[in-house]
Amino acid sequence: MLHLQNIHLNYATDKSRLTPILQSVDLHVEGGQVVVVLGPNGAGKSSLLKVACGEVTPQSGEVHFNRRLLSSLSAAEKALHMAVLPQNSLLNFPFTAEEVVMLGRTPHDTGLVLDQDIVAQALHSTDVHYLRQQAYTNLSGGEKQRVQLARVLAQVWQSEDDWQRLVVLDEPTSALDYSHQQMVARLLRERAAEGCGVLTAMHDLNLAAHCADQLVLMCCGQIRAVGTPDEVLQEALLKEVFQVEFHRVTHPETGRPWLLC
Amino acid sequence: MNRMQPTKLMITLGVMLPLSLLVSLAVGPELILPFWQSAEAQTVSNQLIIQQIRLPRTLMAAIIGAALAVSGVMMQGLFRNPLADPSLIGVSSGASAGASFVIVMGAGLFGVHELLGVSFVAMGAFLGATVATWLVYRLAATATGTSVATMLLAGIAISALAGALNSFFSFIADNHMLRQISLWQMGSLSNASWGRVVFAVFLLGGLLCWFPRYSKALNAFLLGESEARHLGIDVDRIKLQVIVLVALVVGIAVALTGTIAFVGLVTPHIVRLLIGPDHRGLIPCSALAGAILLMLADACSRFVLAPGELPIGVVTAVLGAPFFLSLLRRQRAATGGL
Repeated sequence: MLHLQNIHLNYATDKSRLTPILQSVDLHVEGGQVVVVLGPNGAGKSSLLKVACGEVTPQSGEVHFNRRLLSSLSAAEKALHMAVLPQNSLLNFPFTAEEVVMLGRTPHDTGLVLDQDIVAQALHSTDVHYLRQQAYTNLSGGEKQRVQLARVLAQVWQSEDDWQRLVVLDEPTSALDYSHQQMVARLLRERAAEGCGVLTAMHDLNLAAHCADQLVLMCCGQIRAVGTPDEVLQEALLKEVFQVEFHRVTHPETGRPWLLC
Repeated sequence: MNRMQPTKLMITLGVMLPLSLLVSLAVGPELILPFWQSAEAQTVSNQLIIQQIRLPRTLMAAIIGAALAVSGVMMQGLFRNPLADPSLIGVSSGASAGASFVIVMGAGLFGVHELLGVSFVAMGAFLGATVATWLVYRLAATATGTSVATMLLAGIAISALAGALNSFFSFIADNHMLRQISLWQMGSLSNASWGRVVFAVFLLGGLLCWFPRYSKALNAFLLGESEARHLGIDVDRIKLQVIVLVALVVGIAVALTGTIAFVGLVTPHIVRLLIGPDHRGLIPCSALAGAILLMLADACSRFVLAPGELPIGVVTAVLGAPFFLSLLRRQRAATGGL
């Protein structure tokens, strides 16, 4: 559904020197699939997500979304089927948590009753329903992150035509405690089971192994490995990318790889 | 959150609007009460006072108050900053420089004629406002869109430049001109005539009707520009339209009555405290509240020093600043933040 082909992205620092950010990157996300991008700081994870959601236009390469060129879609068309959660949010006006999530329904014309129903479900799904009447500005960092996640999920909660839906999340668990990290992992699987594609960047390898269909391991602006958690989370590969010794065991319940370091 | 329903506030303000209009008509050097029995000659003169002086002036206060308050709402939404104000993009200082230029140089160049009831000073102010806004916008516009942060900084720089021009004109002005300049900068409603009121109501009223259609987009804007884009808002188009509309509205308002401080900053704040930041309620409620506030402030300005009158800008600042500070303190005590 989302296809990135041979993406090259440079940030021009000055005229003579170009800093390469992404080099010949290919990426494919299908509906119903959770794809997690991993890599050390500065590997190009966020840049990759920005190219994928059309926020940054690469110097060369093409991005297709639902078989259309992403750059040919208007903001309104795109917003009906793709929701994006940036790394941090700047909202400093005292909307209630519920109003923030309701903003996720901005692109849709589905009527207040359905919107309210979807917002309530989204609030429950990220465990912020009890905060719905609180001012967003008074929430803690983790609570804010869960409210923003609910907003993004509400935007593409249900399918409205034959286009496939996608959520792009840049580190959705960075401010969350263990139980809410687990909740997000479950939630992403749930959304994927509903047919939505999920593309997310994460730092926690074990959480990624727990929820991903496909892992994308990045290093220095290039994709180092793509595949199932089992294929990508190899001790030697991880040492090369992260410069840290990992020991891999198998999680006794999920059967997925588990890394100790 | 203890919030008022926007419709409830709108009804309350809708009731207060005609009441403040009556108060503003009654108050002044001569207290004129409706149904007051008095001598025949007195009644005729009272009718004249109401018809020719107080009614046009009160209507002018209402429309200017509404225009300034709504412009404040739009700027605060666009800049995602509850302390933003139309003066940030250089409108007010540009207008001041334009007005000073005409006051100092104009008498020699054009005489003191009026066109359509609008003096050349007003036209100079409007041109100054337009040029300043255009410069700020050009400086902040890049190939990838307009940077709001750059625009704020450009606004400060252009305001400083306009301020320097203003000081220069004051420096070369003679005593009479200097007094005119400083009176103009304090703002005044005293020269409201029926011609000007009709002009203001049609032009500003028409432009203001255009604003509520941006409420959905501005709500999304508060999340951040890229978030708004991902919510399907055509960010660059909306930004350009809002800036042009606000520059027009504030330019016209400043041209008609000079700079009137604090209405554009305080009114949206008060309304936001009452009903929250949702622009669907905020825009119409701020328009009503701004109209009421400026009418009452104008009544105050005529009453306090009667039979003389205080410049309206002084009244709004003296009433607005402490009120604003107390709101800030109360809010900080209640929420521990913004």
